[in-house]
Amino acid sequence: MQVDEKTVRRIARLARIKITDEEAKSLEGELSGILNWVEQLDEIDTTSVEPMTRVVAQELKKREDRVTDGEIADAIVKNAPVVDDHYFVVPKVVE
Amino acid sequence: MSELTRLTLAEARDGLKAKTFSATELTKAHLETIEASNEALNAYVLVTPEHALAQAKEADARLAKGEARPLEGLPLGNKDLFCTDGIRTTACSKILDDFKPTYESTVGANLWSAGAVMLGKLNNDEFAMGSSNETSAFGPVVSPWRRNGKTDKLVPGGSSGGSSAAVAAGLCLAATATDTGGSIRQPAALTGTVGIKPTYGRCSRWGIVAFASSLDQAGPIAKTVRDAAIMLGAMAGHDPKDTTSVNAPVPDYEAALGKGIKGLRVGVPKEYRVEGMSKEIDDLWTKGIEWLKAAGATIHEISLPHTKYALPAYYIVAPAEASSNLARYDGVRYGLRVPGKDVIDTYENTRAAGFGKEVRRRILIGTYVLSAGYYDAYYLKAQKVRTLIKRDFDEAWSKVDVVLTPTTPSPAFAFGEKTGDPLAMYLEDIFTVTVNMAGLPGLSVPAGLSSEGTPLGLQLIGKPFDETTLFQTAQAIEDAAGRFTVGERWWAGDAKKAAAAPAKKKPGGK
Amino acid sequence: MQETAKSGGKSKSANLIAGATGDWEVVIGMEVHAQVASNSKLFSGSSTAFGAEPNSHVSLVDAAMPGMLPVINEECIAQAVRTGLGLKAAVNLKSVFDRKNYFYPDLPQGYQISQYKQPIIGEGEIEIDVDGEAKRVGIERLHLEQDAGKSIHDQHPDYSFVDLNRSGVALMEIVSKPDLRSSKEAQAYVTKLRTILRYLGTCDGDMEKGNLRADVNVSVRKPGDKLGTRCEIKNVNSIRFIGQAVEVEARRQIDIIEDGGTIDQETRLFDAAKGETRSMRSKEEAHDYRYFPDPDLLPLEFTQAYVDDLKQHLPELPDEKRARFVKDYSLSAYDATVLVAERENANYFEAVAKGRDGKLAANWVINELFGRLNKEGRDIEHSPLSAKQLGGLVDLISAGTISGKIAKDLFEILWTEGGDPAEIVESRGMKQVTDTGAIEKAVDEIIAANPDKVEQAKAKPSMLGWFVGQVMKSTGGKANPAAVNEILKQKLGL
Repeated sequence: MQVDEKTVRRIARLARIKITDEEAKSLEGELSGILNWVEQLDEIDTTSVEPMTRVVAQELKKREDRVTDGEIADAIVKNAPVVDDHYFVVPKVVE
Repeated sequence: MSELTRLTLAEARDGLKAKTFSATELTKAHLETIEASNEALNAYVLVTPEHALAQAKEADARLAKGEARPLEGLPLGNKDLFCTDGIRTTACSKILDDFKPTYESTVGANLWSAGAVMLGKLNNDEFAMGSSNETSAFGPVVSPWRRNGKTDKLVPGGSSGGSSAAVAAGLCLAATATDTGGSIRQPAALTGTVGIKPTYGRCSRWGIVAFASSLDQAGPIAKTVRDAAIMLGAMAGHDPKDTTSVNAPVPDYEAALGKGIKGLRVGVPKEYRVEGMSKEIDDLWTKGIEWLKAAGATIHEISLPHTKYALPAYYIVAPAEASSNLARYDGVRYGLRVPGKDVIDTYENTRAAGFGKEVRRRILIGTYVLSAGYYDAYYLKAQKVRTLIKRDFDEAWSKVDVVLTPTTPSPAFAFGEKTGDPLAMYLEDIFTVTVNMAGLPGLSVPAGLSSEGTPLGLQLIGKPFDETTLFQTAQAIEDAAGRFTVGERWWAGDAKKAAAAPAKKKPGGK
Repeated sequence: MQETAKSGGKSKSANLIAGATGDWEVVIGMEVHAQVASNSKLFSGSSTAFGAEPNSHVSLVDAAMPGMLPVINEECIAQAVRTGLGLKAAVNLKSVFDRKNYFYPDLPQGYQISQYKQPIIGEGEIEIDVDGEAKRVGIERLHLEQDAGKSIHDQHPDYSFVDLNRSGVALMEIVSKPDLRSSKEAQAYVTKLRTILRYLGTCDGDMEKGNLRADVNVSVRKPGDKLGTRCEIKNVNSIRFIGQAVEVEARRQIDIIEDGGTIDQETRLFDAAKGETRSMRSKEEAHDYRYFPDPDLLPLEFTQAYVDDLKQHLPELPDEKRARFVKDYSLSAYDATVLVAERENANYFEAVAKGRDGKLAANWVINELFGRLNKEGRDIEHSPLSAKQLGGLVDLISAGTISGKIAKDLFEILWTEGGDPAEIVESRGMKQVTDTGAIEKAVDEIIAANPDKVEQAKAKPSMLGWFVGQVMKSTGGKANPAAVNEILKQKLGL
């Protein structure tokens, strides 16, 4: 799979990572190289193979419906770059 | 330089019990060694002496009262991927900035409640993405090992390079580590230490900065097989906060060590004889086979036909999961924020400045393989390949009890040797990554030195939750091969002498 | 044919909308987000309670701190299964949680845990009733997912404030098939769905608090054509607005197409104040959610026995209850529908009707009680009249102790003063007079006083009503109307 610069930019935008023109150029080659390499998987016929959905054989564990957590607003916002009255503050989101 | 830092974990434990020295003395000895050595090795990204001495003091009180817990007073290093309550945790990324968790990882909490002392936070590849510790935002870790007669800086492996270097250099008795594709076993192999990645689900992942959720496992790096067994016993256990952790009793690994391996069926997979594997690695493997035979095991050639596909499949699954796991680093609730003209711009600036090159590369790969139209061709395909890899092992377990392979395709390399080409670096994981893909336990044990005098490791792969057999088998190899420690502590303080040949130390007095 | 259709208006066929180029059909599908009734969140132990201080009902998991992992709430699973059973839907014994990846400040993980390819509930249906006509609306699926936090945009010119109290609360997304054909049907669908959820106790249906919100997919086409391009109107939060949103959006689309334009598939917002929908461009960008199974969560599996057990303990649902009311209490379908709309109302009715004349009970509950409650803006839980009191009133009517007219007076007394109906009737002398002697006396007096009317009545028997009225008046409404009739007929020789 050859990744072009436009695709690199689209992917970077999706991942919310700003890239320079220079980076876009060099990523083109790097991503293409890695993707070409992983394409050796096409050698294997997996049409009748189930994908792995659990690494070890066990069931999803569940918890009871009780309130056991929260009420730690100080701790929640402790590391935030900008806080006001226990709210996280971010640059304005335009809907 | 105190001799206390040359002790193994087990020896130190016995010394504390016998009151030969105190936990405070032991801790101070390590703190002094760190102070003298860390500038050269860069193994620690944060040293916490006050915290350590407070824990040591409590340990001494308990020791005095005869109330010692299993790891009472034993100073350890903690990989910076493990969140530490009130103590800066960064995953060695700029994006976490000065993040101070308000919680302790379950594995860490298990160790401290077993009485262990934390000396500080250990360097690693950023978000555990790397095989040489060169991607850390704090700069690379220097291996205490050097090539014979040379002074080039060698890598300690990665991503747990701080852990492996610190253990090998005596900057802690043992260390926590994590392994997603080989990040415990490969650095252990390159530094002459023992590292085990337990079965997926054996250790809780709660409170450990996530890289790839279906592959990540915590485990120890230690000086000896016995030390690793002691460490894993304290780290492992069921955690209701991690639903992928397994609710099964943790065996007494240390107690099982002496049982021997008579009649053990050891598998040797032919697919691991890869093209371009160096002769000395091949010879090491052969030696390992001979040692196990001599210890009473039988050797069986087995086939794991999908081995060669594990690495490419890994480089789809791991980046895909990482791209999603690392989405939370957005500068809103914690960590770095680089303001922009609006919220999207702020995200993009923050993540561009906060993530290093390799992390960005993997996030982009992961984003790409999950993006519309590619999911089936990449992610789904890779998860199917995982099923095949696991099936290979399931079949092998009908014939053998444990599998023996080399840990790495080559010995330790120098700084910058593999950073130019991502694929060359990815190949470091070629022998270790299958184990993560199948969720199995894998252990690396030192088995010899390369022609350049640097350590080499052999890998043992076990059945799910059969870490006990790995420890027993590794003990047989360690008994035969001896331990490999760096002789001259060239890195410590004024000891900037030319590299001395590493000493090979035989296990003493049995 | 030159019609002034641009201004809109209904076509002759009830569900079609007239346009300049002919009739149009509107096609509607709904995605309803219903907050699961639970104490704690879907994947964390923090509270779901409404209206707390910012970021107080938030755990480390909800704030997506590094190394945090989800642990599923078993009650949320049970609630989803109950809802599936209530929608007569297929319950999937295996389902999978996926991550839906996108960046937004109130989405702390950078992904929402949802169910994409394998939801917990598959196809089902709901029966709705519009203008007396029953219609089945297909349910496509129901899945569990996390709610996001809340961004407040109007507090500061340059900044938004983020509160994660809702972050991680369990939602059921219930997706209908595009089976709805009018704003009325859309409203009836959400109303009925809300009723079912409230009966089941799986969602409180409180639209004001946002505990039930609807995304409305609207497209238009000429009858018989293939489906048109749809627009999704996000987060419409009242039944009334759902109706309005459909109307204005359908009209907007018709106008565009008739002007030669095409519809862009997009997400739109309904502005109730302006009565219009408008494009939400910011959400449109980069619509690539990169779904994949959440590697922190194993597949969700349960047995048929688990489902059967939940089914056994399911309450009676509105459709069943309505059918039973019609059968057991001889109610009209209309009255039964009104009574079952809210479970509390139905329960009240049944307490009144049990062992009594169902029709009479329904009359009093619907016309008198609901009418009065409505007028005073109260709900059934705050009714001044208990079911026991209203039942007592019905008993007194049935026994002929009081007349219907007196019963209304009694209702007023019970509403304002309370008390025991029988005692009030006794102590205040409200009993119906059945003593023929007393009635005869009153009749004689009226006849004597109105000889002219007596003459008229002989020629025009319908005058009887006037005499009845006079007698009732003179007896203060307490005379038994049947007895009055009888005696009058006899005395007037009719």
